[in-house]
Amino acid sequence: MAENHPVGFQWVMEAKERGAKLIHVDPRFTRTSAMADLHVPIRAGSDIAFLGGIVNYILENGREFRDYVVPYTNAAVIVNEDFADTEDLDGMFSGWDPEAGAYDPASWQYEGMTSKSASGGRPGAGGRAGGEASHGAHGAGLSSGQSPSTDPTLEHPRCVFQLLKRHFARYTPEMVERICGVPADQLIEVAESMCLNSGRERTTAFAYAVGWTQHTVGAQYIRTAAIIQLLLGNMGRMGGGILALRGHASIQGSTDIPTLYNLLPGYLPMPQAEGHENLDAYIAEHRPPGGFWGNTSAYMVSLLKAWFGDAATEENDYCFGHLPRLTGDHSHYATSFEMRDGKVDGYFVMGQNPVVGTANSKLHRLALAELKWLVVREFNETETAAFWYDSPEIDSGENSPETIGTEVFFMPAAAHTEKGGTFTNTQRLLQWHHKAIEPKDDCRSELWFMYHLGRRIREKLADSQDPRDLPVLDLTWDYPVEGPRDEPDAEAVLKEISGYGVADRGALSSYMELRDDGSTASGCWIYCGAYADEVNQTARRKPGQDQTWVAPEWAWAWPLNRRILYNRASADPEGRPWSERKRLVWWDEEAERWTGHDIPDFEATKRPDYVPPDGAKAQDALRGDDPFIMQADGVGWLFVPSGLKDGPLPTHYEPMESPVANPLYRQQVSPTREQFVRPDNAYNPIADQRGAEAFPYVMTTYRLTEHHTAGGMSRTLPFLAELQPEMFCEVSPELAAERELEHGGWATVVTMRQAIEARVMVTERMTPQDIDGQRIHTIGLPYHWGARGEVTGDSANELLSIVLDANTHIGEYKAATCDIRPGRRPRGQARLDLVDSYRAQTGDRAGPA
Amino acid sequence: MSAPEVTVIDTPAWAGSYGDEVKPRVGFFTDTSICIGCKACEVACKEWNHVPATEYEFTGHSYDNTGDLGSDTWRHVAFVEQRVPVGGVAEGAPDSFVAEAHRQEILQRSGIEAERDGEGLRWLMASDVCKHCTHAACLEVCPTGALFRTEFGTVVVQQDVCNGCGYCVPACPFGVLDRREGDGRVWKCTLCYDRIGDGLEPACAQACPTNSIQFGEHDELRARARERVDRLQADGLAEARLYGEDPGDGVGGAGAFFLLLDEPEVYGLPPDPVDTTRDLGEMWKAAGLAAGAIAAGALAVFAGSSR
Repeated sequence: MAENHPVGFQWVMEAKERGAKLIHVDPRFTRTSAMADLHVPIRAGSDIAFLGGIVNYILENGREFRDYVVPYTNAAVIVNEDFADTEDLDGMFSGWDPEAGAYDPASWQYEGMTSKSASGGRPGAGGRAGGEASHGAHGAGLSSGQSPSTDPTLEHPRCVFQLLKRHFARYTPEMVERICGVPADQLIEVAESMCLNSGRERTTAFAYAVGWTQHTVGAQYIRTAAIIQLLLGNMGRMGGGILALRGHASIQGSTDIPTLYNLLPGYLPMPQAEGHENLDAYIAEHRPPGGFWGNTSAYMVSLLKAWFGDAATEENDYCFGHLPRLTGDHSHYATSFEMRDGKVDGYFVMGQNPVVGTANSKLHRLALAELKWLVVREFNETETAAFWYDSPEIDSGENSPETIGTEVFFMPAAAHTEKGGTFTNTQRLLQWHHKAIEPKDDCRSELWFMYHLGRRIREKLADSQDPRDLPVLDLTWDYPVEGPRDEPDAEAVLKEISGYGVADRGALSSYMELRDDGSTASGCWIYCGAYADEVNQTARRKPGQDQTWVAPEWAWAWPLNRRILYNRASADPEGRPWSERKRLVWWDEEAERWTGHDIPDFEATKRPDYVPPDGAKAQDALRGDDPFIMQADGVGWLFVPSGLKDGPLPTHYEPMESPVANPLYRQQVSPTREQFVRPDNAYNPIADQRGAEAFPYVMTTYRLTEHHTAGGMSRTLPFLAELQPEMFCEVSPELAAERELEHGGWATVVTMRQAIEARVMVTERMTPQDIDGQRIHTIGLPYHWGARGEVTGDSANELLSIVLDANTHIGEYKAATCDIRPGRRPRGQARLDLVDSYRAQTGDRAGPA
Repeated sequence: MSAPEVTVIDTPAWAGSYGDEVKPRVGFFTDTSICIGCKACEVACKEWNHVPATEYEFTGHSYDNTGDLGSDTWRHVAFVEQRVPVGGVAEGAPDSFVAEAHRQEILQRSGIEAERDGEGLRWLMASDVCKHCTHAACLEVCPTGALFRTEFGTVVVQQDVCNGCGYCVPACPFGVLDRREGDGRVWKCTLCYDRIGDGLEPACAQACPTNSIQFGEHDELRARARERVDRLQADGLAEARLYGEDPGDGVGGAGAFFLLLDEPEVYGLPPDPVDTTRDLGEMWKAAGLAAGAIAAGALAVFAGSSR
């Protein structure tokens, strides 16, 4: 965190000043480790085992916060008897369909309940993008009206709590040492510290970033942390929780108002081509019986009214038919392969540099060469914009500007100081920034670009009768514009996102005001209230010292300015805080409402002892002591019956490329991983596959403080370029000796995809590990460098293959294998020959079973 | 340890020479124990002062590619990787969960041996800067008066007066000063003279996210620093110390002083910096005596000679 969020890290330092203990778990000793009380050097890709070791410790020593676990989680729920665990099936869960290559979660359901066909319920059904719905269907799989069987004593052999115990029984400290390379006593130290620091009087927090998500089992990493935090009673409490450290370029905002293909704003699922012929079908599939997702139709209709305005009427399903439909996986990676195969005509690349920032750089360059047209909006001509004349394939002769048919448009972009708007950070806080200066010359903001592009397209199509053009023509596209360049008013956009009443255009204050009858419009239901009372709430800047420590009048957080999600859980089932020290929200019996330091993340007047009547819907179906209001059953899920493609419980699998055989199971890699077996994405052989010994080392990629992601915004600035001028690799003294690498010299790193060169940094901050009797070395590779800028170098992403977590379509960037040798890499054709010489050792190998 | 006897060269006392315009002395307290090595200070300084970038060089010195202070580097972050006895949290530290885990006999119960022998890692990070010495040799030797002491007690070089003679360069015991290539003049940290006069803090202090770089009135900073080092020592960091805070040291104490977690040499700092003009008085006296002795001797020879 100190490396990648140095400004945010000041709050960690502040907490340390007040006595907090900082534990840093990372394969490398980084600038964060330098400030930590304890650094745990974990093998890259083995975190589920480490976290599982903590779960095991909690359960074996009876350290769970029972008073919290029983009412607030599904620990007591009994799972149906068809369920079989990875312990029974040597690394697989019950329900695996080898032909479909996916799980049928029917056997994971609660006893007596059936699974609805949402989120992975119809594996591989032709053309249908299964599982995408999981983002917005928290528990849509549960049928309505039934309560599952439970055992509040947590003794029943098939209750979730006992299944958890059994599942993690083998994740002992000794096993963790075998898998992770972390000494057993260190695991105990961490686990005991967490236990001592959790409960009524104290809370512990996790903070993580892409070191957890960028794995084929990334979603399950976070799941294991969620299990720990639910067992210890840390969710919904101040100083607790699991903090996803994001905020760079508003990436939180980029999933809230998504730039993701499978989501609509507010985490509504994108409709599918099959099964969502009309709005009712869509709602029927995605609306769970309980919780606030029960109001899916209100959120959806309000979104459609925001987008299509008067054209959206009840008669035409509010223009639901205008929305694009999914026919499969349209993620960045899948699309890149389609592009490579000549199936994509055009590409807009805005503020991203896939040739440097995305795994398998060469694939992306070859893909770009197959496009008819490419539009790049950037501050400077990045490697992606310049691929057609400046790239390794041009150097080697594989491609040339004469043979590349892509027409490239390079459009200059405005910087963040030259445009108004919000960033959404890790705390879901929307913070407005004002335009400070007009952009120079032709530089324009994204808002200007997309708005005027849309305006011109609509002008060209104005007289069209073709139904295909209606979605564009029916859009509301009338923001006020201002200034010499007709810049759309960003605050007007914010108001539309927040929402307004259709009749009077008055700003709405809460998503509870949204209706499915066409009377309300809101571009993103979770952002509803950001413009309450006609005031840009996100621009508020009341200083911290002038308000309570929660600081509710600084900017605005979604939803409804609640600063800690699920804060109902900070009070016990009766509505009393767990302790005076940690009081956050509580029930005021006299006023008959919830109150507290934070805005309660709960219906204000729902009594703690409320029991839903039969037939109750949505939030009314949740009890007064069900804090997890977005879940269909209102409780935190230790065991996930539906919603994840790879299992109801997290399990240690090795990364796709690993020099280690899974010590736990015969199943080596996650069976649901999304892989692309093709020659331009060949996987390194592993274990006993032919040629595995050619790639004996683990590699991991990461950022440095001095540079920003793909380097477009830092390698082009002299003051940053000089701080870290050259691409380098980090190796331990032992590995350097083994491979004859000289500190300050050069090394070449090779995978089945590419060979790159890097300066050598020999450092004790990289630790060799003993994993199950094998000596394992890790090579660290920062990924900032590319061919263009003040300082240049080879890109780490040249080396990586594309293999994804099936739930999230996130790539495995944090653990792979490679070889390393001293000296600079060859140039031109000789570079290709070097890679071929490695491929030759592997035969036809293209990936593990 | 008592301060050595130093002969103080008489300089116009800055307080007296400014009369009514004098301000309380200001400076930096750089607490390196909370430096996270982000180098925001280096960049902020260059941005504000239009200091040019230096050559791009991978030095291999940990994450320090800047090297040292010079005409084009006025804030420099040092990185030192060390092996230290294991146990990031000291045994005796209060409220230590590590110690708690051991006391709880969890390890015994699990039948696991605690690997408490051996070494751990430490990564020291420190942002270095011109010390703005109380006895500033650079200022003393400057023949043009380009280097002067401001009303804030800081030491600043005036670019429009400096003739690039370079006398100040070897005078500085810290090696801060340097002549800019292609330009010839000496450039160095101004303690943001053009900011502090307007009620702003220096750019580096403003940018530092953890408040490792603290700007303020010198006396207050010294009090804060002494409290801080006492606390760290109580927490078990026996090697924590202040550097440049003591008015009895060889430069009379520094306007910009530091809290270090190890010996100064570890950070590339001189352990006992001395104002290089300190002994000038003695040297002139000795030279004068020697000259006098030679003159007397010559006189004696010629006076006693016969015609």
